[in-house]
Amino acid sequence: MLPEYLKIELNKTIKSSKLNDVQKKEIEKRIETTYDDSLLIPGEAIGIITAESFGEPSTQMTLNTFHFAGVAEMNVTVGLPRLIEIFDARKQPSTPKMELTLKSKYSKTIEQVREVAIRIKETKIGEVVNEIQMNLPKYRIELSLSRNVLRDLNLKTSDVVEALKKTFKNYEVKEDRWTIYVISKTKEIDLTDIYKLKEKVKNLHIQGLKGITQVLPIKTDEGYVVHCAGSNLKDAIELEEVESSTIKTNNLFEIADVLGIEAARVAIIKEAHGVISDQGLNINIRHIMLLADVMTRQGSLKGVTRTGITGEKESVLAKASFETPIKHLVAASLTGEVDELNSVIENVILNQPVPLGTGLPRLVVKVKK
Amino acid sequence: MTNVYINEKYVGEVDNAKEFLKFVKTERRLGNIPTELNLYFDEDFNEIYVDTTTGRARRPLIIVENGKSKLTEKHIEGLVSGEIKWKRLVKEGIIEYVDAAEEEDCFVAMDENELEKDHTHLEIGAITLLGICTSLIPYSNFGSLSRLIRGSKIQKQSLGLYASNFLLRMDTDVNVLHYPQRPIVKSFMGEIFDYDSHPCGQNITIAVMSYEGYNMDDSIILNKASVERGLARSTYFKPFNAEELRYQGGLVDEVGIPDPDIKGYRSEKEYRLLEDDGIVSSGSKVGSEDVIVGRVSPPRFLGEFEEFNIASNVKRESSIALKKGEHGMVDMVILTENEDGNRLVQVRLREQRVPEVGDKFASRHGQKGIISYLVPAADMPFSISGIVPDLLFSPHGIPGRMTISHLIEVIAGKVGALSGQYIDGTTFDSMPEKDIRKLLKEYGFREDGCETFYNGVSGEEFKARIYVGNIYYLKLKHMVANKIHARGMGKIQLLTRQPIEGRSQGGGLRVGEMEKDCFVAHGASLLLKERFDSDSTSLYVCESCGMLAVYDAYRDSTYCPKCGTKVKISRIEISYAFKLLLDELKALCLYPKIVLEEKF
Repeated sequence: MLPEYLKIELNKTIKSSKLNDVQKKEIEKRIETTYDDSLLIPGEAIGIITAESFGEPSTQMTLNTFHFAGVAEMNVTVGLPRLIEIFDARKQPSTPKMELTLKSKYSKTIEQVREVAIRIKETKIGEVVNEIQMNLPKYRIELSLSRNVLRDLNLKTSDVVEALKKTFKNYEVKEDRWTIYVISKTKEIDLTDIYKLKEKVKNLHIQGLKGITQVLPIKTDEGYVVHCAGSNLKDAIELEEVESSTIKTNNLFEIADVLGIEAARVAIIKEAHGVISDQGLNINIRHIMLLADVMTRQGSLKGVTRTGITGEKESVLAKASFETPIKHLVAASLTGEVDELNSVIENVILNQPVPLGTGLPRLVVKVKK
Repeated sequence: MTNVYINEKYVGEVDNAKEFLKFVKTERRLGNIPTELNLYFDEDFNEIYVDTTTGRARRPLIIVENGKSKLTEKHIEGLVSGEIKWKRLVKEGIIEYVDAAEEEDCFVAMDENELEKDHTHLEIGAITLLGICTSLIPYSNFGSLSRLIRGSKIQKQSLGLYASNFLLRMDTDVNVLHYPQRPIVKSFMGEIFDYDSHPCGQNITIAVMSYEGYNMDDSIILNKASVERGLARSTYFKPFNAEELRYQGGLVDEVGIPDPDIKGYRSEKEYRLLEDDGIVSSGSKVGSEDVIVGRVSPPRFLGEFEEFNIASNVKRESSIALKKGEHGMVDMVILTENEDGNRLVQVRLREQRVPEVGDKFASRHGQKGIISYLVPAADMPFSISGIVPDLLFSPHGIPGRMTISHLIEVIAGKVGALSGQYIDGTTFDSMPEKDIRKLLKEYGFREDGCETFYNGVSGEEFKARIYVGNIYYLKLKHMVANKIHARGMGKIQLLTRQPIEGRSQGGGLRVGEMEKDCFVAHGASLLLKERFDSDSTSLYVCESCGMLAVYDAYRDSTYCPKCGTKVKISRIEISYAFKLLLDELKALCLYPKIVLEEKF
């Protein structure tokens, strides 16, 4: 039996074609049998098959983390470490990465693109100064700005001053050619305070998106793409210059937060599939889809870990047979949990037929009295 | 000013480091300073390290002065005639030993022809960069490094004549090859190590071809006729020891035929080979589980309970017997005393090992393989001149591993066999491949080493020419006879009631975690249950408290120790491992309650 939406689609296609009734019937029949044949049989152990489908080829993956994925000077985690990262649903990927496509208006020349890219890159005060001096007798710190760096970043001295004034309202900010003074208004200040002030000033954000440590504009067939080391989807999506519908990031949690769990599901499938096919391996996408479904079905991202989906298994024995058994057994006995023995591993432990394949069907006979 | 350290201890300073270095080295070469002394000048730190300690790896080099080697024709003549010895060369300052630190200051020429003014030393020969085993591999400069390493390792596992007095020795698990041969393609280093007096392989004819798919992957095919004529036949020796141990209280083990009354008496049949003194006679054929030395030991614990037993019953059986599957001939029996003065019986078992499917063979180039089939001579492919190879080697083993040296040895061996001479295959200094091919042509063969071959079964000519020649093959000590294992029923562990592990104890073969996953993936649920039935137990459970109940076989009734007989008690069948888990949980003060439900 075809599902409703397929039936509608099939009817539409058949109607628009120039086939006779016999042919139409035949097509309908064949599609239906193909559909029925590709459905899974009840009791098929899809979980284990998925696990084996990942497990076997991943033993062949090289553990080469320092592999340059074609992009100059950008180091991205690929291969097995990245795959583990995705399935563990780590909060932060070890090498966060974002790809921004610029609107054609802003990407006419390479200079224009570079200018945009520089504005996206996160810049802190520490990067634009040659030196920060602590001057205790005069209750101030002195920043000597680097002219070259400022020029490269399209920044003016006033930008820095502005940023300082905004954050340090209790301090006086003075400007003297290439030197900026941040002066304490109170005279009761000691060395530790001034040191803390210095550190604060150094880390003050003046331009760009937070978390973007590196930018690299690259020309593609469709125009310019800015590759970023570091990811900040929330802010990038609001950028005027960027085509917001084509932003790519490898941070799954950001996607889940900003675009929702369905987007995260698709992102998991795409990322994992990308990693696997990059290594020249071939795993059927349905296995990845199953895993992505399981990871996202709760409405939030859950990794395949003892705190993630494995920890949410119903069976005490199943949980205990995966990592930290004592913790699970003690917790179960405190709350008086009942194990219904409904899944595979518990039944293996008890040496009972597992409810899969030949162990699933039951014969029930009613005996007349 | 330069600081000087001797054996990492500061001793003083010198003004001119370079001159000091030169002075010390000259004195050392003159013999005024021990030759064990090495020194090194670190220019960055401006320090000189002098070392005289033990445990430094040092290597000999020929000293060069003003671009001229100090080793002259005269010396070489003297060395050849035996007038001059190595020691004298070292003493006279012609050869010196250099350690890793001093090497930093040296400029070493590889060859005498390339000597220039700046050189300080000359390498004795290019082959000195290799170790003993590696240098024995012929043409190894044409092979790949990883295979060379494997080849060196494999040679150590080969069977040969390990000691010429092997008949008098009592070594554990040794093998002796029956007709070891000197390799046709040899290495110069072989002469130095006197390889010819204790060879460890045989020159055989190989053809690089497939045979019906029997040599897939790394498996090899042997000619049955060659095997029957004695190819790669070896003898396996295994010693057994029986000591008459002394115990506290003047008790002693006794070698002899055990009395049927004693504890652990085997069976008459197993003792049948023992002579009156309780030891087998040499030359008798022994088989699986036969007793070789009969022995009786005193009881393990001496205590109060002794009075309840009759004295003879307490003695233990402690005979030495063969394990299951072992067999052979008793080669030698020795009656002696060990260092503690205890009487010692040593019996050596001898077994002839004819190559069989599963035995491991290798060439010297890291090309190892397992016999997968012994082809009857009539079915072996043969060459146009009627040559039937001893071994068929799969061509797929060559491209990935790039063991060109293996291929060169094949034609070099062929030339050697045709001309009746040994071929020098010394690494870096071998007979050129060109010359080999030229010679091959002179003897009327194709210079590429290939020959026309015929299918041994149908007699048809093969479309392809087959690469064929002679190569030195090694039989390795890994033989199936020592490894084969299977079991139906057998010993189980006391704690878990699961089969014990290991071939030596007749243990089971484990269906592991991943194998289990395969059963599940196939949906073979009931087969999985059956495979894990090894520790299945039947238990009684009290349905009121959920704890284990007791079955009283005497009264044929069940009761719960806590709830008594008036509760419902049911029989279940579960794995013993789970019962053990429940017990352990109870020991942790957790209460695992079993709730039973009707299946239907």
